[in-house]
Amino acid sequence: MKVLIPGLLRSYTRQREVDAKGATLAEVLADLDRRYPGLRFRIVDEQDRIRPHIRVFLDGRQVHDLAMPVGIESEVQIVQALSGG
Amino acid sequence: MYTGNPEYGLVAMKRKHGKPAARRVRGTVLFVATRKGAWIYRADAARKTWKPDGPHFLGHVVSQLALDPRDGKTLLAAAKTGHLGPTIFRSTDLGRTWKEAVRPPAFAKAPEGQKGRVVDHTFWLTPGHVREPGAWYAGTSPQGLFRSEDGGVTWEPVSGLNDDPRYRAYMGDEQAGTPDGPKLHSIIVDPRDPAHLYMAMSSGGVHESTDRGRTWTPLSDGLDVVEGFEPGNLAFHDPHCLRLCPTNPDRIYQQNHCGIYRLDRPAKTWTRIGKSMPKKIGDIGFPLVVHPRDADTAWVFPMDGTTVWPRTSPGGAPAAYVTRDGGKSWRRLDSGLPKAQAWWTVKRQAMCADAGSPLGLYLGTTSGELWMGANEGGRWRCIARHLPEIYAVEAAELG
Repeated sequence: MKVLIPGLLRSYTRQREVDAKGATLAEVLADLDRRYPGLRFRIVDEQDRIRPHIRVFLDGRQVHDLAMPVGIESEVQIVQALSGG
Repeated sequence: MYTGNPEYGLVAMKRKHGKPAARRVRGTVLFVATRKGAWIYRADAARKTWKPDGPHFLGHVVSQLALDPRDGKTLLAAAKTGHLGPTIFRSTDLGRTWKEAVRPPAFAKAPEGQKGRVVDHTFWLTPGHVREPGAWYAGTSPQGLFRSEDGGVTWEPVSGLNDDPRYRAYMGDEQAGTPDGPKLHSIIVDPRDPAHLYMAMSSGGVHESTDRGRTWTPLSDGLDVVEGFEPGNLAFHDPHCLRLCPTNPDRIYQQNHCGIYRLDRPAKTWTRIGKSMPKKIGDIGFPLVVHPRDADTAWVFPMDGTTVWPRTSPGGAPAAYVTRDGGKSWRRLDSGLPKAQAWWTVKRQAMCADAGSPLGLYLGTTSGELWMGANEGGRWRCIARHLPEIYAVEAAELG
């Protein structure tokens, strides 16, 4: 499936859009981390929670649960929340 | 090479006539960590002109940029961004190229049903003992201690502290600590013994280990706490900065939320040497610097700790104070510093000394100015401005 990468993570992927595999959001993020080491820990903490200033959208809907199932044709979008200076 | 920060456990000085010999500085370098990136400033031999190298990691919140004195070229940068989680960047060529740590400091995963803790940022980095090349320690916010055995590539929690239920109690609850989060800091490795460690917690006091962090003992007797709080409860203790003297590793100075202290081991009770500071200035502050060659000499940078705790220079007139007799007396050093309307804050890691003769002092302000106090702080001048908020400044001499 397609994963859209925000600007602040492109130092890892070098691309705006990448491919990843997995049956759940957790598996997709694990696959991303295998391809781009270190990326997962920047958006998911050590207790497996999405970090406070990061938002993850699955087919246009915000999700919080890494166990959320994803389909082969799904689109995952990672964005940063708007924040101050 | 030598680093001006004595807690690295390396004293690369030859003794002469019973006292460490001063060395002519060949190339002083400052490592400056800020809220929006890191800079490396390189001086000429006279320390008159300073050339910036940076920014590195523009836009990243860099808590500290630490040089490994054991090889003189490995740098670790504790960094995060406003959105992303924390990490450690590592350079083995003095900042020309960087790689990210494979496994940065992170707390252990909590058992199912329990909340678990999350590292917000690495706050403090200390290289390990000279006999343990590759060893590093990291202190985090929330308070945790981590160790690397491979030069900062991977990090493991020091479970003897992080999971000790007594220490979880000393650390207090989520409301404890500084407004921007409680911090574990001032990690010191005894230069004589790699297993002998000190550390401090902004909510939790001062502690000591003699077995490389497997077990810890409080070392907070004699320290005051904020009026109204119980000094027997370590969660109410807020040490700001500990420094060990390279020429006398049994002597430690401390800048605390409640005063300036000195401890001479094997004693276990701190003495408040800040009582001899001028009353109108007080002895509250963040940083403390010890002389690399004289255990009786140390510098502080007082701040206003009255009313709502402005944490700015008392009266808007910044000054360092020096003691040359172990804290019996203090002298003001403000030549060249602004005399009025200069509401500076200097954070605990943002003041240091080089190894030159005469020694140079350096400080970075939260308003983005970098200052040098030549002649041991006798005359100050600004060497860089318009930087972002400065969090840490370290000096090193490179051959």
